[in-house]
Amino acid sequence: MQLASPGIDTAVRVNDFAIKLANVNGTGSASANGLLMQAIFRMGIPVSGKNLFPSNIQGLPTWYEIRVNKDGYTARALDYDLMVAMNSITYERDIKEVREGGFVLFDSSWPLDPHLHREDVTFLGVPFAEMCNQHFRDSRERILMKNIAYAGSLIAALDVDMQIVQQLLDEKFAKKKSLRESNLKALRLGHDYAKEHFDPLPFRLEKMNANDDKILIDGNTATGLGCVYAGATVAAWYPITPSTSVMDAFTDFCKQYRRDPQTGEMNCMIIQAEDELAAIGMVIGATWNGARAFTSTSGPGISLMNELLGLAYYAEIPAVVMDIQRVGPSTGMPTRTQQGDVFECAYASHGDTKHILLFPSNPAECFDFAVKSFDLAERFQTPVFMLSDLDIGMNDWVVPRLTWDDSYRPDRGRVLQLEEIEKISKYFRYSPEDENYVAARTLPGVHEKGAFFTRGSGHTKLGAYTEMPDEYQEVVDRLLKKHKAAAKFVPAPIIERRKGARFGVVTIGGCDPAVREALDILEQRGIPADYMRLRAFPFDESVDAFLNGHEFNFIVEQNRDAQVRSLLTLETSVPKDKLRSVLVYGGFPLSAKRAIDRILSQLEN
Amino acid sequence: MPSIAKPVAVHPSLHRNALGLTIRDYEGSMSTLCAGCGHDSVTAAIVRACWEISLAPHMLAKLSGIGCSSKTPTYFVGGAHGFNSAHGRMAAIATGANAANRELTYIGISGDGDSLSIGLGHMCHAIRRNVKLLYIIENNGVYGLTKGQFSASADVGSKSKRGEPNRMAPIDPVMLGLSLGATFIARSFSGDKEQLIPILKAGLAHRGFALIDVISPCVTFNDHEGSTKSYLHTRNNMLKVNDTDFVPPAAEILANIGQNGAVSVAMHDGSVVRFKGVPKDYDPTDREKVYNYLQEHHGNGEVVTGLLYVDESVPDMHELNKTVPVALSKLPYEKLCPGSAALDQLQEDFR
Repeated sequence: MQLASPGIDTAVRVNDFAIKLANVNGTGSASANGLLMQAIFRMGIPVSGKNLFPSNIQGLPTWYEIRVNKDGYTARALDYDLMVAMNSITYERDIKEVREGGFVLFDSSWPLDPHLHREDVTFLGVPFAEMCNQHFRDSRERILMKNIAYAGSLIAALDVDMQIVQQLLDEKFAKKKSLRESNLKALRLGHDYAKEHFDPLPFRLEKMNANDDKILIDGNTATGLGCVYAGATVAAWYPITPSTSVMDAFTDFCKQYRRDPQTGEMNCMIIQAEDELAAIGMVIGATWNGARAFTSTSGPGISLMNELLGLAYYAEIPAVVMDIQRVGPSTGMPTRTQQGDVFECAYASHGDTKHILLFPSNPAECFDFAVKSFDLAERFQTPVFMLSDLDIGMNDWVVPRLTWDDSYRPDRGRVLQLEEIEKISKYFRYSPEDENYVAARTLPGVHEKGAFFTRGSGHTKLGAYTEMPDEYQEVVDRLLKKHKAAAKFVPAPIIERRKGARFGVVTIGGCDPAVREALDILEQRGIPADYMRLRAFPFDESVDAFLNGHEFNFIVEQNRDAQVRSLLTLETSVPKDKLRSVLVYGGFPLSAKRAIDRILSQLEN
Repeated sequence: MPSIAKPVAVHPSLHRNALGLTIRDYEGSMSTLCAGCGHDSVTAAIVRACWEISLAPHMLAKLSGIGCSSKTPTYFVGGAHGFNSAHGRMAAIATGANAANRELTYIGISGDGDSLSIGLGHMCHAIRRNVKLLYIIENNGVYGLTKGQFSASADVGSKSKRGEPNRMAPIDPVMLGLSLGATFIARSFSGDKEQLIPILKAGLAHRGFALIDVISPCVTFNDHEGSTKSYLHTRNNMLKVNDTDFVPPAAEILANIGQNGAVSVAMHDGSVVRFKGVPKDYDPTDREKVYNYLQEHHGNGEVVTGLLYVDESVPDMHELNKTVPVALSKLPYEKLCPGSAALDQLQEDFR
């Protein structure tokens, strides 16, 4: 199969293309795909990798998308220049998704069904199975190495730096020499076959230096690391996709940083709870007792935690909840991404409640906001939710290196120390309050005089039980003011204005790269718009000003019910008709194309 | 919960413990439970036990769920922090509290609704983790605050106040604890302080999770004829399998351990628990024998009481975790944060 024949358009696109790899879950494709992504990252080229995987251990279809873009646009792309079709079950739809003039790399050990053929794409066949059966004995190895072999073909076809790939394999298999050898062998099989049989593709890679100050990290790892740096000592959790790797990361980092090398003693306790009710209960017990504690979970877990979140809110006990959102309702789609827990978290629990939410947009912000969550929870003695999601949490992102200021000290909020308790004549838990409507806590084990009774039942401003309307209202009214006061302490929105902007575009979290790309494209088409990325709730005045300052605003978010828009209508002064929705909520990360389409169609109307 | 402050007047003749405190110093506010409620007797026993072992009030943390029993932490040791949490969740919250600070003493108070229905899972898992916690179930077989529904501990055939018999098999926390590997299991009766106080003291000295099921009759909803959780029924059917002497660490040398064929168990903190009047076929350190003994006597309709089983060899949650010996909540931040240099180094792995 010859391609790019002389005489036809030979303009080669450098560092600007998207490939999609279709695999069968559980066959080891993840390591091959990760290897490619990491190699491109090390070549200094802006890149993103999106793993679109099933809720399954083995057998169901799984995809991985790699987008390379020299200008740094790395949101999910929908135009695939190359499809690596390794799953015959999904051939049909995979081949359909390739753009006109694109390429399909497939396993030619078996003939391709003629009805799958497309005139406008080029098929590149490599007999991966045949080669691997010939060169590897073990049946499992034959399956695994097919993946490494296609990686080899891609390395040849896209001009991936072979030295970097070898270096990566050396690092990965430093302690497993035989695995390194078989990986290299498979890689060469695919590589050499492609070199021998295919002409260069019309798109390829070329080294850049865009990643010198960057790292490749997923949000859950960064979140776990942030919790270590925040000084969390107690963590309680119940396994749930896609949040499990937060606690896996925290556990690994604790083994590294929290274990005394001499005694082996741990400076932390991580408890795998019996359910999410217990997990949040343990967090509340630990923070009540003076530790920094957190849980990581996803939407179904938040549902279960609702009761105790209300207790923490009303009794004013700090708690940090890392919510890695997935598609709901109910079990929904556990391995797909969504921003569907905004409302659930903002008003979690029965009765009047209002919580502090943080919306990180990438792994670097997950790290920073994880630390911030603890400061806010203790300053305001209340639950704080960090709303990450599956896309941010489980995909590797290229982000600026994380930085740490060694002069940072945790904001533990108002906690009376022994000397202070000794000085006061009588201590009351909820009085007197400070300018942020927060009263001082005392911790158990310090002094008898600081003892008080924590209760989720009606209480007066002095902490005593009450069923009297005035006494009850006085406390919940203060809690409302306290929540408002937090607006000055949470991360401010990111606002970027463009000349001649007619309207505003607002989003949260992981939509950021796609929306930014969309705004650039719209500007090129003569439709400039201002941008605001909300980073927290409660909203500060700048949010009101931005929304009111535009004739109308598009709120781009990943849920059906326009939860961010609803929150803005409820919690800002902006009239409802100034807010229009752009909703993409099928479960895959947002692409600029979708955002643009939805914005343009509404502008036309 | 409503509570009424008690006037503090200390009579000069009152005895003082090693901390110089009288028993009045271990009281809390006035109970608002029904007159004659078994729970008030348990409260009084806790007050005495804490006073006798000279527990510093501020070093105690009292936790409870929701229900009549869960109101009682306000009624004892006013100098301790208390946490009246949510229905069924006490075991989880106490687990977290204990994780944060292993230096405190923890008493968890719950009822049969709290522990055997809505919070059954949490209790089971706190047992599995062997959280160092004195866990008391004030067991009356009935939901009092919602006016008399059967609880999960109601015996088959036991009648409600309206005369309807319960048909479903009860959950017995003692048998459950035995099967889950609980390391300290006792059953007592709120009407028998003599027996209850040393058991409470032994439970407070225990290495891990101390489960005490106290039959504590509800005078308003479950003390009638036909109820198997009434004062009368419990008294008539109680079989004391042993009496317990608690010998604190300092008094160890003076105690006549092993006298008169008594069984004694050395507790983790150096104190000793002596069992008196133990039947020949009973061994409170042999789980299987205890299980068989209880099965047999339960079958006869007897309510076996005493410190039924104890095993001091099992590490508690912190020992299993290899936690530093001090409270995690007291660790200085400098010990917890790896700092910027470590972060820079770590990030080489993210390249």
